[in-house]
Amino acid sequence: MTGTILNIKELSVTRSDQTVLQVSSLDIQEGEVLAVIGPNGAGKSTLLLVLARLLEHQSGQVYFRGKPFEQEDELIYRRRIALVLQEPLLLHRSVFDNVAAGLKFRGLPRAEVKSRTDEWLERLGINQLSNRPAHRLSGGEAQRASLARAFILQPELLLLDEPFSALDAPTRSRLLQDLRTLLTQTSITTVFITHDLDEALLLGDRVAVLLGGVLRQVGRPQDVFTAPSDGEVAAFVGVETVIAGTVAQAQNGLVSVQANGLHLEAVGDLPVGTHVLFCLRPEDITLTISDADIISSARNRINGRIMRLTPSGPLMKVFVDCGLPVVALITRGSANDMKLSEGQAVTASFKATAVHLIPR
Amino acid sequence: MSSDIFEITILSIQVSLLATGISLFIGLPLGTWLALRKQLRGRGFILSIINTGMALPPVVVGLFVAMTLWRSGPLGSLDLIYTPAAIVIAQTIIAVPVVTGLTAAALQQLDPRLRLQLLGLGASPIQMVISLWREARLPLLAALMAAFGSVISEVGASMMVGGNIRHQTRVLTTAIVLETGKGEFRNAIALSIVLLILAYLVNLGLTLIQQRGAR
Repeated sequence: MTGTILNIKELSVTRSDQTVLQVSSLDIQEGEVLAVIGPNGAGKSTLLLVLARLLEHQSGQVYFRGKPFEQEDELIYRRRIALVLQEPLLLHRSVFDNVAAGLKFRGLPRAEVKSRTDEWLERLGINQLSNRPAHRLSGGEAQRASLARAFILQPELLLLDEPFSALDAPTRSRLLQDLRTLLTQTSITTVFITHDLDEALLLGDRVAVLLGGVLRQVGRPQDVFTAPSDGEVAAFVGVETVIAGTVAQAQNGLVSVQANGLHLEAVGDLPVGTHVLFCLRPEDITLTISDADIISSARNRINGRIMRLTPSGPLMKVFVDCGLPVVALITRGSANDMKLSEGQAVTASFKATAVHLIPR
Repeated sequence: MSSDIFEITILSIQVSLLATGISLFIGLPLGTWLALRKQLRGRGFILSIINTGMALPPVVVGLFVAMTLWRSGPLGSLDLIYTPAAIVIAQTIIAVPVVTGLTAAALQQLDPRLRLQLLGLGASPIQMVISLWREARLPLLAALMAAFGSVISEVGASMMVGGNIRHQTRVLTTAIVLETGKGEFRNAIALSIVLLILAYLVNLGLTLIQQRGAR
């Protein structure tokens, strides 16, 4: 990361007198993947269209490499970026012609178009489909062609609008892995829009939360997920405990993850040295009073102190500082029985099977 | 008569192809503009006028063109009345709404996000429009066939602004009317067969182009 590629200030977009997007400040760093999450209708696609300069904004300023949008020719700008939409929207031509389309728009010599197209068909594993009419591809194949025709442009900024939301789960998961590999290999600066939190955690170096057209929070995934800026963000991301760590040991389908000096166990099959996000749902965490001596099947027991107790309906959210922030969700009854209070020492325990490991 | 048939046929082809060509030149950009300019005020109204124009009776067009080109009319000084050029003008006016309306309909059938996708891959506005035309080539060729079909077969306008003058402005349809009026049914039938074959050949050619693209 060597600086800011895109810089948004006080951006607002209105449609028939209604503000549909409001971003007070957002910087996108060179080489990073920014995952923009939010529910449907939150203004995610609007943001992407503004960044692609396909939608006018009414006020505010967007700078690309320090230069305001208005000072750069639209076509020149659009030829430095690439856009992938939710639907592959391929032309009724061969797969080859589709992948080559952007290079042809740029008037590149035929030989270069051919060699680069062949390369990217190969890299997305669709070279055997080169001559097939695009409308005879499966959903997954079509989205591969759509990704190939964007990557082939070697854009300075790649804009992806929920590219996998229309795919079935196995296809989606394979494509996500492949996209992750490509993004790592090419280190193209990417804005990736999704409503799927797992996709955001898997791909995003940083996560931006967009709710009701307003950019509410931007930060590293572990920060956004463990420390949402407000209740609405929390409700959307579901307050998870997300801990960044590294696999220290791996044996018999069980891995030991080192994070902030703690060793945590999880079910998984990842090689030693893998950077992971260690995710826990608050309802999977059990709290016990620290001095109680309980034998339990839970593989992980970490000690900490209660930072905050937040009632939510019949439940109580307990924020525990264990050297890392851990969030537990327990019934109010339990909280009363255990006489929990802020500052109290507790032990948080959870089963290795409750952990959701996301390799980074 | 047989050498006349040849001459009449050639003139018919020339006049109708030229009129179709000019109407394509006007109607394709106009229809495209109407299809893509969603925010345009009164777009629906303009399209309704154009769609009405697709059913414009050739005799009405003939009347207005004749009045305009008449010696004492506004463009009388051009001396175009009763010339092939006058027929081309009248046939173009008949064909333009057909091409415009069907072009607009063809492009409106495409996914509106396709435009964004093409621009997002670095297409210039012109490259984007050409790509859309290629995507809509089947209905666009159908529009061309409809336009040619409407002008090659019309008789009212050709009669009124061309005058059916032998060796000058006589086309297949006006000749058929004349021969039928004289009771020369054999000549009328011969001319009709030529007209049908002509219409068939042009449409065959366009259909072959169209279906090659459909696979």
